[in-house]
Amino acid sequence: MGERTIPIRPAPSQTFEYLSTRKDELVGWARKFSLFPYPFVTACCAMEFMAVSSTPYDTDRFGAALPRFSPRQSDLLMVVGTVTHKQAPILLKVYEQMCEPKWVMAFGACATSGGFYQNYAAVAGIDRIIPVDIYVPGCPPRPETVIDGIMRLQDRIARSRHPIVTKDF
Amino acid sequence: MAAVTNLVQQGFASVASDTYLSHGMLVLVLPREALAATVATLKAEHGFDMLLDVTAVDWPEDALRFEVVWHLFSTRDLVRIRLKTRVAAQDPVVPSLCPLYGSADFLERECHDMYGIVFEGNPDLRPILLYEGFEGHPLRKDYPKQREQPLVPYRAGELER
Repeated sequence: MGERTIPIRPAPSQTFEYLSTRKDELVGWARKFSLFPYPFVTACCAMEFMAVSSTPYDTDRFGAALPRFSPRQSDLLMVVGTVTHKQAPILLKVYEQMCEPKWVMAFGACATSGGFYQNYAAVAGIDRIIPVDIYVPGCPPRPETVIDGIMRLQDRIARSRHPIVTKDF
Repeated sequence: MAAVTNLVQQGFASVASDTYLSHGMLVLVLPREALAATVATLKAEHGFDMLLDVTAVDWPEDALRFEVVWHLFSTRDLVRIRLKTRVAAQDPVVPSLCPLYGSADFLERECHDMYGIVFEGNPDLRPILLYEGFEGHPLRKDYPKQREQPLVPYRAGELER
């Protein structure tokens, strides 16, 4: 039986072993880079959603490239396209199934305000049904507009409070 | 002009209250009672084997307010034909073409949704594009343009904007 040498951990260096920060900044920093989107895609804006999801625009830079097709696993509800009154209960159900924290993006003119569908069929803006955090204008929005919307949402997440234990902490 | 168009125009001149060509397409204006028999003959003897569309036009000032419109197509001769019937608002009933064309079912349900035309003989006139509980018929001229019938109650404060 040979003698075994237990390797001794090197003494910790004195630099960057500890970090002090505000809890909200740390949590916000983590959350803003893990915006898993749930695409609620109903209309022609889907084409532009595909464009913004494609490689040249690389939304993975913002941690927002991996669509989750279960609302339970997603953080960002992207409502892409016209929502009709007949479809509104489905949208509400999807929103209610998402876990906190959750954010909603109204993608395009129709989701924002109903667009040019001001009639019996269309909901004139999804904010009549669910709260919306960021509105992306355009019919359809250019990918740059969507990325701008994602970045503005990230800024807001980074600046907001993130209670994780109680409402005070 | 296709030979079948001539043939049909002459053959139905006595049944139809009016026949004319619209952009090269034959139009038969029929009384409601003659519709089912006319379509059956067109299908059986003139090769109009495909029902393309069922829709209606609302003329609010007219006594016979609704004009129901059918488009048929012949895959043999590649010819279209249009049939029209006027019905009154108090009695918006026309015969269903479901026994002749399978596609009539959904088309008639849509027309029933939008104009309130009753297709007598259609086995299932539930809403197809609208939803249960929707009041009125949105493509009638007297349906208010901005009237909404939401299924989900609006969030507080959002209605007054």
